[in-house]
Amino acid sequence: MFDITLHSAGLAYGDNQIFENLNLTLEGGHWTCLLGGSGVGKTTLLRMVAGLTDALNISTSGEVICSDDQPLQGRIAWMSQQDSLLPWASVLENVTVGEQLRSRSLFRKKKLSDDVLERALSVLDRVGLTDKASTLPQNLSGGQRQRVALARTLMENRPVVLMDEPFAAVDAITRLDLQDLSCELLSGRTVLLITHDPLEALRLGHRVYHLRGNPAQLTAPIAPPGQTPRSLEDTELMSLQGQLLDRLRHEGADVGASL
Amino acid sequence: MKDSLKPLIVLIGLLLLWQGIITLFDVPPYIVPEPGAVFDRMIDDAGLLLEHTLVTFSEMLLGLFLGVLFGILMALVLVYFARVRPWLLPLLLITQAIPVFALAPVLMLWFGYGMASKVVMTVLIIFFPVATCCYDGLRHTHQGWLDLAHTMGGNSWSMLRIIRWPAALPALASGLRVAVVVAPIGAVVGEWVGSSAGLGYLMLQANARLWVDLMFAALTVLAVCSVSLYYLTDSLLRWLIPWQENTVH
Repeated sequence: MFDITLHSAGLAYGDNQIFENLNLTLEGGHWTCLLGGSGVGKTTLLRMVAGLTDALNISTSGEVICSDDQPLQGRIAWMSQQDSLLPWASVLENVTVGEQLRSRSLFRKKKLSDDVLERALSVLDRVGLTDKASTLPQNLSGGQRQRVALARTLMENRPVVLMDEPFAAVDAITRLDLQDLSCELLSGRTVLLITHDPLEALRLGHRVYHLRGNPAQLTAPIAPPGQTPRSLEDTELMSLQGQLLDRLRHEGADVGASL
Repeated sequence: MKDSLKPLIVLIGLLLLWQGIITLFDVPPYIVPEPGAVFDRMIDDAGLLLEHTLVTFSEMLLGLFLGVLFGILMALVLVYFARVRPWLLPLLLITQAIPVFALAPVLMLWFGYGMASKVVMTVLIIFFPVATCCYDGLRHTHQGWLDLAHTMGGNSWSMLRIIRWPAALPALASGLRVAVVVAPIGAVVGEWVGSSAGLGYLMLQANARLWVDLMFAALTVLAVCSVSLYYLTDSLLRWLIPWQENTVH
């Protein structure tokens, strides 16, 4: 599996430099988690990796390099904070929306091949939602919606998955379940996960970075011990969580003081 | 109480109010005829009314079809051709700044006394609400869906077809609801300025001869047509856009 390096990344909103000269390597086949407070530029960093910064009114610099010298475009799957399910499409249609988007059909909805349909049902089975295939998203719970989004990500079957606080909108128990499920289903892929939640980062990440300061910089990575998803009973994990929470709180206080 | 009964009760209430005002203020029948007289006239002249209704209704429907079509096309051009946008927007506003009533005589001159001038007038009236609502819907597509589509390798056409267009439907529906309500204005005003058929024409003729009951009969038919068209469109849109949130209960 190839590594991805973000080289000399810079971001500015007008005259306000959010970060500059930032270097980050995502190790192939591993989870990299990025922690940080609001407005520190985490999401934009993720968008830079995804090549989605054109639409924003900001100036960015830097480049994304893959260790196999192939372009990253076309090899990423995207999961955002909102599940981004299309409200007019059934669960099955949402999971297979990538197929429709890539189809060359002019007007008619592309009829899914048996192979695609089988694969879609299989990923729905893996997230435990086979019986909801024809349901509209509005009739699902928050956790179920995120599982559909996860199934859609799996359906794309890309080696790299970029996640922007995907579990932020669900309750604590559902969040833990979704973390376990994602960890299981996305194992072997290169994942960059942006989160506010130190526990989430520590449970799932092989490397945990903290983006902080103004202009923001990455701290040295933490490599929590043990297999992911890590158990909540792990005392070392809890101690690390305490340290990170403390750091995040002080960061908030520093920002507050400077305002 | 069933919701479907409520419009009927409103209608009966209005009829009672109408009759009540006539009885109370002793309004002469050449100013306001009694509901019963209007109803009798509707029965007696059913054939005549139907004939003229069909003309007006055809003008409305054809105007609606073309107005909606042009409105949607205009919205698509505004969204996808950024360079022509600053040129087109003022043009769009100019078409609305000149009152269509003032344009009516000119349209008669250009398109004649037949159906064409009324259809053009209807198109001019409904084109704007459809174009602006559709444009608004198309340009406010949720960024998350577009990001997702980008990473999935969607092209602009498939993104329009699968994401932007369905996402714009609730906004377009608002435009359509306005359009069906104002469509009769275009048709009837056109008929007033110059025509040889249609409910507007019939009302003018009846007015000139002081057949007030026929005038009211034509007016009632027009109102029934407009309201039916609105409810039909509204139900159709609700059925087509079941995912649209309705937080007013």
